[in-house]
Amino acid sequence: MSTRLATGGRLTDRSKQVKFQFNGQHMRGVAGDTLASALLANGQLMMGRSFKYHRPRGPVASGAEEPNALVNLGKGARFEPNQRATTTELFDGLTASSQNHWPSLQFDIGGINTHLSRVLPAGFYYKMFIHPRPLWKHVYEPFIRRSAGLGAAPDAETVDGDTYEHFYAFTDVLVLGGGVAGLQAALTAASSGAQVLLLEQNAHWGGRTPVDGGEIDGKPAAVWISDTVQALEAMENVTLRLRTMGAGVYDHGYVLGYERLTDHAPETPGPRHRLWRIRAQQIVTATGAIERPLSFAGNDVPGVLLASAVRDYVVNYGVSIGDRTVVVTNNDDAYRTAICLHEHGLTVPAIIDARQNGGGALMAQAEALGIKVLKGRAIAKVKGSRKVTGVAICAQAGEGGVLDVIPCDAVAMSGGWSPVVHLWSHCGGKLTWDDTNVFFRPDLAKAPTSHDGAPFVIPAGAANGHMHLGATLTDATTAGSSAASAAGHQPRSTVLPKAVAEAEAAIMAVWLMPQGATVALRSKAWLDFQNDVKVSDIQLAAQEGYESVEHAKRYTTLGMATDQGKLSNINGLATLSAALGEAIPAVGTTTFRPPYTPISMGSIAGQARGEIFQPVRQTPLHSWHEAHDVNWEPVGQWRRPYSFVRAGETVEQSVHREVTATRDSLGLLDASTLGKIIVKGPDAGKFLDMLYTNMMSTLPVGKCRYGLMCTENGFLMDDGVVARMSDDTWLCHTTTGGAERIHAHMEEWLQTEWWDYKVWCANVTEHYAQIAVVGPNARKLLEKLGGMDVSRETLPFMQWVEGTLGGFPVRIFRISFSGELSYEIAVPASQGLALWSRLHADGAEWNATPYGTEALHIMRAEKGFIMIGDETDGTVIPQDLGLSLAISKKKADYLGKRAHARSHMTDPARWQLVGLETVDGSVLQDGALAVAAGKNLNQQRHTQGRVTSTYHSPTLNKGIAMGLVLNGPDRMGEVLDFTKLDGTTVKATIVSPVFFDPEGEKQNV
Amino acid sequence: MSEPVSALNRATFDGLAHVQEAGLQGMITLRGTVLDEGFAKAVSDVTGLALPGQRGVVSGGDSTLVWMSPDELLLLCPHGDTSDRVAKLTAALGDTHALVVDVSDARAIFTLSGPQLREVVAKLAPVDMSPAAFQPGTVRRTRFAQVAAAVWLSDAETAQIICFRSVAPYMFALLCNAATPGTAVGIF
Amino acid sequence: MLILTCPYCGVKAEETELHGGGEAHLTRFGPESSDEAFEGYLFQRENPKGVHFERWRHAQGCGKWFHAARCTVTLEVFGTYSAQTSEPPQNIRDAISAKRPGWTWRSFA
Repeated sequence: MSTRLATGGRLTDRSKQVKFQFNGQHMRGVAGDTLASALLANGQLMMGRSFKYHRPRGPVASGAEEPNALVNLGKGARFEPNQRATTTELFDGLTASSQNHWPSLQFDIGGINTHLSRVLPAGFYYKMFIHPRPLWKHVYEPFIRRSAGLGAAPDAETVDGDTYEHFYAFTDVLVLGGGVAGLQAALTAASSGAQVLLLEQNAHWGGRTPVDGGEIDGKPAAVWISDTVQALEAMENVTLRLRTMGAGVYDHGYVLGYERLTDHAPETPGPRHRLWRIRAQQIVTATGAIERPLSFAGNDVPGVLLASAVRDYVVNYGVSIGDRTVVVTNNDDAYRTAICLHEHGLTVPAIIDARQNGGGALMAQAEALGIKVLKGRAIAKVKGSRKVTGVAICAQAGEGGVLDVIPCDAVAMSGGWSPVVHLWSHCGGKLTWDDTNVFFRPDLAKAPTSHDGAPFVIPAGAANGHMHLGATLTDATTAGSSAASAAGHQPRSTVLPKAVAEAEAAIMAVWLMPQGATVALRSKAWLDFQNDVKVSDIQLAAQEGYESVEHAKRYTTLGMATDQGKLSNINGLATLSAALGEAIPAVGTTTFRPPYTPISMGSIAGQARGEIFQPVRQTPLHSWHEAHDVNWEPVGQWRRPYSFVRAGETVEQSVHREVTATRDSLGLLDASTLGKIIVKGPDAGKFLDMLYTNMMSTLPVGKCRYGLMCTENGFLMDDGVVARMSDDTWLCHTTTGGAERIHAHMEEWLQTEWWDYKVWCANVTEHYAQIAVVGPNARKLLEKLGGMDVSRETLPFMQWVEGTLGGFPVRIFRISFSGELSYEIAVPASQGLALWSRLHADGAEWNATPYGTEALHIMRAEKGFIMIGDETDGTVIPQDLGLSLAISKKKADYLGKRAHARSHMTDPARWQLVGLETVDGSVLQDGALAVAAGKNLNQQRHTQGRVTSTYHSPTLNKGIAMGLVLNGPDRMGEVLDFTKLDGTTVKATIVSPVFFDPEGEKQNV
Repeated sequence: MSEPVSALNRATFDGLAHVQEAGLQGMITLRGTVLDEGFAKAVSDVTGLALPGQRGVVSGGDSTLVWMSPDELLLLCPHGDTSDRVAKLTAALGDTHALVVDVSDARAIFTLSGPQLREVVAKLAPVDMSPAAFQPGTVRRTRFAQVAAAVWLSDAETAQIICFRSVAPYMFALLCNAATPGTAVGIF
Repeated sequence: MLILTCPYCGVKAEETELHGGGEAHLTRFGPESSDEAFEGYLFQRENPKGVHFERWRHAQGCGKWFHAARCTVTLEVFGTYSAQTSEPPQNIRDAISAKRPGWTWRSFA
């Protein structure tokens, strides 16, 4: 049983007890524990179950690479699934529960899958559930969904109780990893005066060197580490961050740093996570190395851990996995675990070394302590199911014939070490296979390159394949120096620290234990502990033709678990290459993608939530609308009133009331969102003639003209009224939300094509509040405010005038989008609310009624006015909409003119705009299609038109619509069938699109 | 004429930095060829300021000239003087090909002050806010989270930020959020 | 995420401040041009593996359009330059030749 030792625990403070709960049970740990170490101290070795077979799982590692010990963490607004117990710092009040089991961790019904594993091989789900097809949706998928999956999804209605933020940082040199290599690289780089940012994912500096031991500059490594950290902290050009992981390296030196500020102390104020968006000139990846498991039968039984993890738990937390630990290895490093356990008074019944001649100095040291070393031996099988009870020993060279059985409580395994090359590889750094050391290391000749074509990532220390302390420090010094000079700083000569650590004998490649293991053993030898992928699965995949490592990965799900194969990828790859009879480098690796370990969704969103999830644009009249029963409609990022709903009204009733009040007397519309762009210069007229399909250069000063804009493709992109302000100045109105787009469109043509034109533009949209005063009594209201002559004679339709209205400095445009007598008044935004309030108050005698976008839409549709985005969809040209009059025949050129001459654009069979009226007076459905005789090859009915706008007209008291119909204008009076969502059709007659006041008598008064 | 009102009517917040919507500010967009002598002279004569160089900000008296692009300057002046300045500039420019337009109410302006203002900005804008990289006298047009903005330091501990008026509530909320007490990064 | 230096305001802008505008140095064909020429102008684009010329706008910045020459494989940027030119200037071509001898792109080399 795992337990807390009487003494020890480098990172813990035993004087501080910490209370926590696991699966509802109250437990105690000590300050400095991780959740994993605290659970182990409480004898809780089993922490979860695997994904596919629901096998019992205990921790196999002690850090970020952990695939097994995943828990649901926290409650309510702070609940989060799939948290690694090995990297979760313990705090008072922590609550966790284990995952992927039912009904309980101890007894899991899904555990039966493990007995079915022989009939659940790789690709089982793909093969089994493909036929018959209908069963998938109704039987297979619901069943698989219930039994698969890891942690619980957070409750959909519960809002994350924490806050998050981003931070943009810039640095000369970024060092990722705060082990001895990272510290030394940072120190060297910083000596040049370069700005250095050093990030460490854990809560402690020094990486694993304090556990592994060794001397640096005559001091114990731990002392050198704290001295170096102090030295760095004293330097003004260095920033150090603990609990901050380099999550991903991207193009041109962009790096995401993931800082966990309050995960270890959730009640602390401030953001939980901070996502650092870093731009670095040079990046040093000092990310260390990860130990590999060995593949033997039963290597997934709780109590089988990486050898390094076993000694981490002892040294860092004073926790032992068991009293008797068998060490199994193919290299010297694992001997450190045996020696460490022995030094802490624990028993090591045997070290099983697959190498025929065993190891070097460390072996001699272990033997001198009286530890038995079995050379050329292997584990045939681990005994026990929920925990280790012993190991059966065999010859590594054989097939697994048992020579001996050694009772034990734990197994410490080491298959060698793999440099953490993830961050080197994220942005294209290539790898090379090192046959001597049996790992992939960065290929320094193929580094990721930046905007200047030069390398920008430098690996250092163990991450660069230098496993010996001395070599690590030498390499880190070089890396720090190279990074500083590549960032333009001269490194001062720094003294290379002198390191003392034991020399190690050569590793032997062992990808299967024993090397000739039988099928029965191979099908119990785990590669991916979380996703339940075994040696036999990879061999089956190879046999079935999945020869590419990327295919084998997806077929077997190897490395696709939350740990992304940190422990399993190299072993799986070696197994695949053996099965294919190819060398490991020939098979290659899968792609390393960011993030290094999962980062929270909250950190990605940063501050973008709640009221600042996205910008909401408000007009100067926003607060008035808000105070007057507004029913908002999002129009792009703008909020516009859809209608103002009075007590007791439905939305539809409110819209109809607004239309009727406007048509009968007086309506007020907030038109501030309409774009307004000033275009000025000697060539402004020429420029506008190119932008609009009609002539703008001939517009007299003081007058307004409706204009259309097309893309070079000929399609309608915007429309609006253009007013001529002076000899060389025009004011162009755009659609709501079109202002930025059209302003950019103008600048694009001026800057990139017609840079010889003398034209300046300015977007003045938001300088003005614009209010439409609409209806038969509009003039009376303006006259009541006084100060300007707005009579029919002085200010006729399609003219504008500047002046002072009721004390307000205004421009009044006599334009109409409703068919009514209408004035659009532009006033500086700072006075918009005051003018609106005045118009509303003074208009009371005419029942001045604020109206919204829906009433606006209905009134324009009653008049047959098109709306960009309704009648147009990016495939419609002005000619389709009966707007040929707005296309100048005189102009030699305008944007879209050449496109309008293309054969498809002049095709008489293009659908054209008409009005539509249902025979029964009902409202056509939006987007409904007009069906024609016959069916196409897909058995769909032929179509001959579609509805583009459709409303109930309160003015005419019937449904009205506009649509595009084949030869429509020539088919007046014809009745067509239009589809409905229920599959039936409804009959509608083709009519003129102008339903109301076709002579325009109401607006020309 | 009624009393003009700025977008947020001088709303304030105190946190890592002091955030204030700075109220009514006269702003005039000047477009012209900055290198053109006639343009430069006319602007200098009316404002009394030398023209700023690339990304420069020049202040004097009640006016500030901000370099927006090679052919655009922004003149800041008292809100009530805007019409008068527009008229004077227009007159001074005469036949020079230029555009002078009042955009005072199209924008909102915020001041951010206090020793930690650099961190507040660096949470929102992809700009190197370290003192080595960003000093008074220089403007940076960029984005603050999801909206366009321009930022400059009027002194070591005061930043001016302008954005479109319609997004003033968003900008204010952004700045307040980034300045929440207890969220200092501690890097500058 | 790319960084490009805007030649107009000198800002080293990151991609979130920029707006890509597709291929550079297109010749506009208007009324009376042949169907083939117009099709080429509107639709035919280079998709090279290597040296490429593009239009970018410093959208969240000074608002200016500019040109960039870069490598589509390594994302190396050979230079940025004015939008008011119909062909890459000599200094940009030289910079590319220094890094990618023998390059060609449309009619340029």
